[in-house]
Amino acid sequence: MDKFTTLSGVAAPMPLVNIDTDMIIPKQFLKTIQRSGLGKNLFDEMRFDDNGNEIPDFVLNQPAYRQAQILVAGDNFGCGSSREHAPWALLDFGIRSVISTSFADIFYNNCFKNGILPIVLPQEQVDILMDDARKGENARISIDLESQTVTSADGQEFHFQIDPFKKHCLLNGLDDIGLTLEKVSAIDSFEAQANQARPWV
Amino acid sequence: MTVAKTLYDKIWDAHVVHQDKDGTCLLYIDRHLVHEVTSPQAFEGLRMTGRTVRAPEKTIAVPDHNVPTTPDRVNGIENPESRIQVDALDKNAREFGVNYYPVNDIRQGIVHIVGPEQGWTLPGMTVVCGDSHTATHGAFGALAHGIGTSEVEHVLATQTLIQQKSKNMKVEITGSLRPGVTAKDITLSVIGVTGTAGGTGYVIEYCGQAIRELSMEGRMTVCNMAIEGGARAGLIAPDEKTFEYVKGRPHAPKGAQWDAALAWWKTLQSDADAHWDKVITLRGEDIAPVVTWGTSPEDVLPITASVPAPEDFSGGKVDAVRRALDYMGLKAGQKLSDIEIDTVFIGSCTNGRIEDLRAAAAILKGKKIKPGLRAMVVPGSGLVRAQAEEEGLAQIFIDAGFEWRLAGCSMCLAMNPDQLAPGERCAATSNRNFEGRQGRGGRTHLMSPGMAAAAAITGRLTDVRELTTEPA
Repeated sequence: MDKFTTLSGVAAPMPLVNIDTDMIIPKQFLKTIQRSGLGKNLFDEMRFDDNGNEIPDFVLNQPAYRQAQILVAGDNFGCGSSREHAPWALLDFGIRSVISTSFADIFYNNCFKNGILPIVLPQEQVDILMDDARKGENARISIDLESQTVTSADGQEFHFQIDPFKKHCLLNGLDDIGLTLEKVSAIDSFEAQANQARPWV
Repeated sequence: MTVAKTLYDKIWDAHVVHQDKDGTCLLYIDRHLVHEVTSPQAFEGLRMTGRTVRAPEKTIAVPDHNVPTTPDRVNGIENPESRIQVDALDKNAREFGVNYYPVNDIRQGIVHIVGPEQGWTLPGMTVVCGDSHTATHGAFGALAHGIGTSEVEHVLATQTLIQQKSKNMKVEITGSLRPGVTAKDITLSVIGVTGTAGGTGYVIEYCGQAIRELSMEGRMTVCNMAIEGGARAGLIAPDEKTFEYVKGRPHAPKGAQWDAALAWWKTLQSDADAHWDKVITLRGEDIAPVVTWGTSPEDVLPITASVPAPEDFSGGKVDAVRRALDYMGLKAGQKLSDIEIDTVFIGSCTNGRIEDLRAAAAILKGKKIKPGLRAMVVPGSGLVRAQAEEEGLAQIFIDAGFEWRLAGCSMCLAMNPDQLAPGERCAATSNRNFEGRQGRGGRTHLMSPGMAAAAAITGRLTDVRELTTEPA
């Protein structure tokens, strides 16, 4: 997994609330057995018409946002299914951070496994960043994970909360299976004790 | 003095392997359910790192999302991508030695129906699966939730998950349900109150008389959609109905182990003075048969209501409703019961169990679906299908004009050939009405099996109570 330390870039505005994982990556693209290559189908049904042509109005089809690395989105982003294909598609497109007032639980966790930073901020701060996002290249947003800050184009700094363990893994690009396997003796002894207490499991 | 605990607290505490100073826990996983869509990359990850499956005996694999539900599937899967995924699961299950129900095994079905049916799901367990509807298993008083593929790989390799504890929410449904009102109406009505983000950060425990009066099938329907309310998991404390359901199932404990298990299971209730971070109470008598009108499960109203207007909402929801009405081809003020449908889908992990098929068949008995309508029943498992045939339900569906299919997820998410065409409107017993969920441009109205059966007869969204002889 790639580290996430700082990021400065163009943000794409997606103010719609409840953007679900079926919108982010429709089910017909879940038939892959790989993690890569999903960026071309990100937001497929919003981005392309029935004939596969780009829908010009869709934000990521507009020249200003084709290289966007950040999304500023409406409430409850990523609701719906557990498909990790959603963050895989975002990452493959080039999105490294999503800013919203709230995220669905499973999507939020999945982001951290893929080097994507989901940032939760209050509505009024998301509104300011949404305005920045609407200005495209003229209003770049900066993110610093170490100091847990997002800086708007005109220099307003917003502090965000993040779980310390998730922050540590993201800053260092750590594989958490490797970290857990360092605790294998604790798992062994838990298992031995649980086998005594609940042998039917 | 001991600290009062919720059911969630008790199950959590019984599974903590290790706790860091910041509160991050390593949680032991008792059952890991695996299907073909979210697992191939996880097994591949194990291979690439030379890791193995730590507890294959606690891992259960079954293909469900991609499998065709037509009888010709015994000859193989036509769609090459679907076939590759199902073949990959077959290879991975055999190579890593996990429990496995292949496509043509009578026990095959939707993973969340197979787990309880085979007795893999038991009270007090931790259960995960790379699928958001894992919440279903909470009906047994098991802590059950969906995970992503990276976490699937983590559980395969370590039989644990790195977790932060959620908050506790109590959803109480007091009193009894009125005739024609079902578990599906409860769970949709709760989401109507909380919204799809209202449960974010919480584990919900459903309780109250109306919940106690539900069968295990009904309780699974309620917990199944906890995720649509944003909750990590939904739980219902186990009781005699739970124990009765579990007893004698292939993987349930037997003999002395049954007695020991039962003694522990009976302790699995929230203490009377436990702390709740949020409480929601609904009166069972106030819940009506409901349908969804929009493209989010929170867009739910009693069937007697009319389509709302964007201006009835506030904030970002105004634009979302405008978009939803456009997508759904509906006008504000239109009566829900005037909405004509093209298709009926009965099935899914929400409503694909035997009781659901009985409820639909009770409405359809001796009747025909409206001419020109497409209607299908997809049983949740091969065993549900066999039982429905034995009970004569299959014949009722067939006589009414329904297609009688083999088990799978089918048109709930349309990864197999069962899909809606653009603009096609469907009365569905599944769990999501998102844009494109059942096929690009498809329009989904969620409802109970009885309501879907009623819609099949009249060809429009219909109050099931109009078709029953029971006094209202």
